[in-house]
Amino acid sequence: MELKGKAHKFGDDINTDYIISGRYKFKTLDMNELAKHIMEDLDPDFYSKLNPGDFIVAGKNFGCGSSREQAPLAIKHANVSAVIAKSFARIFFRNSVNVGLMLIEADTDLIDDGDELVILPKEGLIKNVTKGIDIPFKPLPDFMIKILSDGGLVEHFKKHGGYSF
Amino acid sequence: MGMTLAQAILSKKVGRPVSEGEIVLVDLDFMMGQDGTSPLAIKVFKEMGGKKVFDPSKIALVIDHSSPSPNHGVSQLHDMMRKFARETGVILYDIGDGVCHQLLPEMGHVVPGDVVIGADSHTCTYGALGAFATGVGSTDLAAAMISGKTWFKVPETIKIILNGNLPKGVFSKDIFLEIARRLTADGATYKALEYHGSTISELSMDARFTIANMAIEVGAKVGLFLPDDVSISYARSHSKRNFVPVFPDKDAVYENEVEIDVNKLTPLVAAPHTVDNVKPLEELEGTPIQQAFIGTCTNGRLEDLEIAARILAGKKINPDTRLIIAPASKKVLKEAVKSGIFEVLLDAGAVFVTPGCGACVGTHNGVPADGENVISTANRNFKGRMGNPNAFIYLASPATVAASALEGKIADPRKYIS
Ligand code: SF4
Repeated sequence: MELKGKAHKFGDDINTDYIISGRYKFKTLDMNELAKHIMEDLDPDFYSKLNPGDFIVAGKNFGCGSSREQAPLAIKHANVSAVIAKSFARIFFRNSVNVGLMLIEADTDLIDDGDELVILPKEGLIKNVTKGIDIPFKPLPDFMIKILSDGGLVEHFKKHGGYSF
Repeated sequence: MGMTLAQAILSKKVGRPVSEGEIVLVDLDFMMGQDGTSPLAIKVFKEMGGKKVFDPSKIALVIDHSSPSPNHGVSQLHDMMRKFARETGVILYDIGDGVCHQLLPEMGHVVPGDVVIGADSHTCTYGALGAFATGVGSTDLAAAMISGKTWFKVPETIKIILNGNLPKGVFSKDIFLEIARRLTADGATYKALEYHGSTISELSMDARFTIANMAIEVGAKVGLFLPDDVSISYARSHSKRNFVPVFPDKDAVYENEVEIDVNKLTPLVAAPHTVDNVKPLEELEGTPIQQAFIGTCTNGRLEDLEIAARILAGKKINPDTRLIIAPASKKVLKEAVKSGIFEVLLDAGAVFVTPGCGACVGTHNGVPADGENVISTANRNFKGRMGNPNAFIYLASPATVAASALEGKIADPRKYIS
């Protein structure tokens, strides 16, 4: 499996209010509608710049702030194939695993806005095609791969009738 | 090798010694969702094939974030929560009952040694009681309502030592702002905080809830206080449940230690737009304030209203400043009425809104205008937090917020406290 797309770069401490504002969260459970508003307070045109499969790339502590699961869900529904950051906030991390959004912890200083990337999740490698460099990352723990490969916690529960690892 | 409090609580639940970094599946004592997260949890519960919950007496849904409903969309979500509560028998706290994190301890749902999850990031508040309590997402809550369990990575722990006495005009909020300044917004990501030191015995339960509440603002999973007379008697007087408090080992190993000389603390303010952008009050004194807000799961308790009332008694707030107060619960409001604090604050010019989250999360009850400065007792000052990305939020203690409302600009509470 490999993932291909363009990098959309953000800074450190991108909180869940920036990912999807509370203004929308309370209005609807329609994730495709929420997806249109991701990152809106930071870049009003962000959604229109995204192509399916693109990556969100950020600095440290991505997803800090509230526990709103709408944040990873909205990113997933915007067809972002993975978020790459130096580190993630813990609730965002659990939520992403649960909804089946792939997160990768890597040195994102080596990635600029607009770079073309290829990610090899099993090998633990990001190929920055634009810059011609390889960026390694630590592969995910087994139980997470299990939930991600089941397609998130809902599918995991449907398949196994509860937690199974 | 000795165990930290986080390790000791999880080990007791799992029934064997657990080590840091290990992933464990744990039986939960209580779980909670609020109106921003429960609707999705209910949807996911059904998608997962959930028919009934594992134990309705261990689950509470709280309508506090947009309460009463400000619009049609929210009303539908509230309706969904009420129907789910009727169908499954889970506990429902409806409009006006209060903020989830005040209600769970106040109603006796959490006791020392518990493992609790809430689909809200400030679930760490119950760490004040020595409970391993942490925020999760809606899907985690759905899975927990079915199975009674969740997974945790056993965290490493940062020991925080608070020594000395709080100087005049300095409060528990200032202690945490100092911690945020030192650790920064992600300084404790995935980790536990554990509080030690001579200051703690002088802190009331309300003051401890403030400190535990903000653990997530430095990225921590939990912010744990060791059970003592204060927290054990709080739990005994609020809960009918039996419990055995859990303590860390004397030779526990900590990842890091932070020592704070509380004697030397002064009033602090977190300036826009991050909680760790902490400055001594003096640096910001005089900043004009259009809205002051006292409330939230951080500082909306009786002690907080009492402190504000002491400063505002017999005075009037600045005519160019609005003061909005959201008591943390109906019980807090009733006690404020009974003790006369409510009238003192009303007479000073405060506006009371329904017990609950109030203006904290920006859905209603006090959205600031473009360019306005707000001083708030909340735990977050992110851009757009209160519903307007063009406003500026400063975070401070209830005393600093009250003094600022009085002067119409950021002001030093020490002037008003004898
Ligand atoms: S008061 Fe604010 S921080 Fe606390 S639970 Fe409500 S919205 Fe969250």
